[in-house]
Amino acid sequence: MSVQSPISSVNDFVVRFANVNGSGSASANELFARAILRHGVPVSPRNIFPSNIQGLPTWYEVRVTEDGHLGARGGVDMMVAMNPQTWDKDVAGIEPGGYLFYDSTKPMPSSKFRADITVIGVPLTAITNSTYNDPRQRQLFKNIIYLGALCALLDMDPKLVEQLIGEQYKGKEKLLSSNVHALHLGRDWALQNLKCPIGLRVKKADKVGDRIFIEGNSAAALGAVYGGATVCAWYPITPSSSVAEAFTSHCKKYRHDPETGKAKYAIVQGEDELASIGIVIGASWNGARAFTATSGPGISLMTEFIGLSYFAEIPAVIMNIQRAGPSTGMPTRTQQCDVIACAYASHGDTKHVLLFPEDPAEAFEFAAHAFDLAERLQTTIFLMLDLDIGMNHRLCRPLKWDDARQYDRGKVMTAEMLEEGRDFGRYLDVDGDGIPYRTYPGTHPTKGSYFTRGTSRDRYARYSEEGAVYADNMQRLVRKFETAQDLVPRPLQANAAKPTKYGVIYFGSTSPAMDEAIGLLEARGHQLDRMRIRAFPFHSSVASFIADHDFVYVVEQNRDAQLRQLIVNENGIDPVRLVPILHYDGTPITARFIANSIGDHQDHLKVTPLRKAVS
Amino acid sequence: MTYIAKPKFHHPGLKKNELGYTHRDYEGKISTLCAGCGHDSITASIIEACYELSIEPHRVAKISGIGCSSKTPDYFLGNSHGFNSVHGRMPSVLTGANLANRDLIYLGVSGDGDSASIGFGQFAHSIRRGVNMTYIVENNGVYGLTKGQFSATADRGSKSKKGVTNTDNAIDLVAIALQLGATFVARSFSGDKTQLVPLIAAAIRHKGASFIDVISPCIAFNNHAGSTKSFDYVREHNDAVNRLDVLVGRDPISVDYAPGTVQVVEQHDGSRLALRKLDADYDPHDRLGAQTFLQKHAAKGQIVTGLLYVDPDAEDMHSHLETVETPLNTLDEEDLCPGSAVLDKINSSLR
Repeated sequence: MSVQSPISSVNDFVVRFANVNGSGSASANELFARAILRHGVPVSPRNIFPSNIQGLPTWYEVRVTEDGHLGARGGVDMMVAMNPQTWDKDVAGIEPGGYLFYDSTKPMPSSKFRADITVIGVPLTAITNSTYNDPRQRQLFKNIIYLGALCALLDMDPKLVEQLIGEQYKGKEKLLSSNVHALHLGRDWALQNLKCPIGLRVKKADKVGDRIFIEGNSAAALGAVYGGATVCAWYPITPSSSVAEAFTSHCKKYRHDPETGKAKYAIVQGEDELASIGIVIGASWNGARAFTATSGPGISLMTEFIGLSYFAEIPAVIMNIQRAGPSTGMPTRTQQCDVIACAYASHGDTKHVLLFPEDPAEAFEFAAHAFDLAERLQTTIFLMLDLDIGMNHRLCRPLKWDDARQYDRGKVMTAEMLEEGRDFGRYLDVDGDGIPYRTYPGTHPTKGSYFTRGTSRDRYARYSEEGAVYADNMQRLVRKFETAQDLVPRPLQANAAKPTKYGVIYFGSTSPAMDEAIGLLEARGHQLDRMRIRAFPFHSSVASFIADHDFVYVVEQNRDAQLRQLIVNENGIDPVRLVPILHYDGTPITARFIANSIGDHQDHLKVTPLRKAVS
Repeated sequence: MTYIAKPKFHHPGLKKNELGYTHRDYEGKISTLCAGCGHDSITASIIEACYELSIEPHRVAKISGIGCSSKTPDYFLGNSHGFNSVHGRMPSVLTGANLANRDLIYLGVSGDGDSASIGFGQFAHSIRRGVNMTYIVENNGVYGLTKGQFSATADRGSKSKKGVTNTDNAIDLVAIALQLGATFVARSFSGDKTQLVPLIAAAIRHKGASFIDVISPCIAFNNHAGSTKSFDYVREHNDAVNRLDVLVGRDPISVDYAPGTVQVVEQHDGSRLALRKLDADYDPHDRLGAQTFLQKHAAKGQIVTGLLYVDPDAEDMHSHLETVETPLNTLDEEDLCPGSAVLDKINSSLR
């Protein structure tokens, strides 16, 4: 057996909690993450949860990272093993020299441990049972007791945890004091019985700044509130349900008429995703800002309506919180797997605008922007989040709003304009940007009404099955999509310190792992220019970025290199120039994975090409 | 006939309603349906009802799904916005439109394929939610636009034009609407304009989910012997429980009725429905009784028509959601955006 010295690290380690779903561990674990933030040390937590309410294993991982690396790191330095079901796998997953924290009330055979890790036993059940009689209290306070013990082991300031508990239970004195008591029970036991602190330590720093800690789904919902959405129709589906739930709670706070108490919004839980998007389209057709939130299977069900939105030119905002494939199980894991499904959703020739926020701050901004884009472009706008951004708390810059900002309601012909005698053709391209004027129902007694159809109408919305008329309309829709290119968020480019022939394209939740990977790759001697794509249709700078490099890696979290396919298809790029880097096992992509995959590829490129060797 | 553009001129002496609109102002494009189609009679009844109610045509939104019936909104109220949406999805589109602007009148036009098959779920849920609308199903028991397949409202044992016997049980949309809590439920026959026009008018004035099932024979595919949705069959089996007059505003209650035969129902908006009872046993305020009555007569092969149920104090979806009186589509930044000061507070709470 090799002698492995325990890992020693300050403000840079990963703690993973292995729990049983429904045991009340989530709030204690989140408290742990927030407490570290209060030390001025950034954290990046992630839920790894099953498709289950009670009983199945669930994990909560906290990456403590003074350097601010918010992507998943991979590996576990300390395992808080609270779930016997997953014990063996959890113990096996600890890095050599790592730490195992467990409930030592019942003795465990030595075969259940590893020699190359530090084992820390705290008799949690014994402490809990001797203090509490109520079974539910025992369960909940056990979580706080282990939090207290961790506080001592990791050298955390208990006052900061107390302060957080105080904020959480403000006005509920009994709960407040009992939680603080449990915290000290655990902490005191550890201080008296264990060597504290261990090699992993939290030390006060000043690296959090004014950043906020929020889930992407909540931020996107807040963006919908700020963006003026009044109608939300949705159908429950993980991992998107919390968007509608957050929209509901934000609206309850900020959207009631102070005098009458009446709601300045309407939220309908539809009978399915078809009804949800139907309601959104009906509301948008009638001039309200409306959205739905869903995930892959919901998108599949909505596709007929998405086509109608495209052809009949009706605004709609769809927030797609992406997850792995169909059915149940893996769908509680993250992926970026609906890029193609959304870009080309529906029958006939269709293309849709996609927005790719990297974090909650962008989810907020893009959500609000999506309503402007939907009304400006009179079509469906997809806000493409994923489970990793949507359902995890992420440290991000504070949300900002300019009070002078006006909503862009797009080209709407009013009763006054119609009175002036303006020529109204519902599908008439008057400005050359492919975008026609629309009227809201009920605008004018004799002017501006039209009959809305999917296809089969001319520029004045008159029924026509003429081929030339159809083709004319389809060409205009292409022009409109070209217009969209300059309205959507542009890609962001960052060049390597030294000139390089290699580039990397990435998007969405891959962002923090990519940023970190760049540093790892530089350490290996690889320089890469990078471009973060933030929307489809692609801005012209995407093609020029690719043209400027010999090879461009396209990093994404799906099997089929969907973004790469879209770039190849839309920009006519030689596929050989775009090297896919794909991560799709349902876990969030890591810097290690990216750096290893790109690094290995780059190492191979250093081999002299055969034809040069023989010539 | 259908390729001829409809001439705009009309007789100068054409009667005008209270708002000064003539009958012609409620018409739409020339129908492209088959000559003699029952749906065209329903279109005429809708025009008549809107004219009589003196509705401003542009304050109506006409929404439909896909099928022969769903094409008809193009043939009436030419100055209204119309939406020929997606097969079976009229109810959700209408629900959304209604959420956006509670001040318009919503007319949902659908067929039996559209509402009893592909859109059965949406039909049910829009009724459950109490969407303030007039939901008309033009029911011919057959898929006309795809040439004669049975629909889910075709009676078991009825024969298709090709001689195939339907072995599946029929869905009675009226029975379902009653069960799901529609607050105005009626059935009529496209060939009976005197019954249908006031029913449509009353449904429009009703605040809540109004549902009218109109049996509307398909002249091309379902008007033969052996069909239970043919003109002849419906005429023979029609059992009208009442006849209706809608009295709006200043109209006095007619004194033509014999005492004791008329029941006056005052609706939420002040309009009054004068019901001439044809069946002494029928009470249109008794939801349970209506369901039983319907089942008993169906078992005897009778098609019950008339105003089958009305709750004059109905509430609608907006009452349930407690939305503001102002239409949501007119709210602006000031109404909707909490502003930067609130956002700063939200930021502080997230640290």
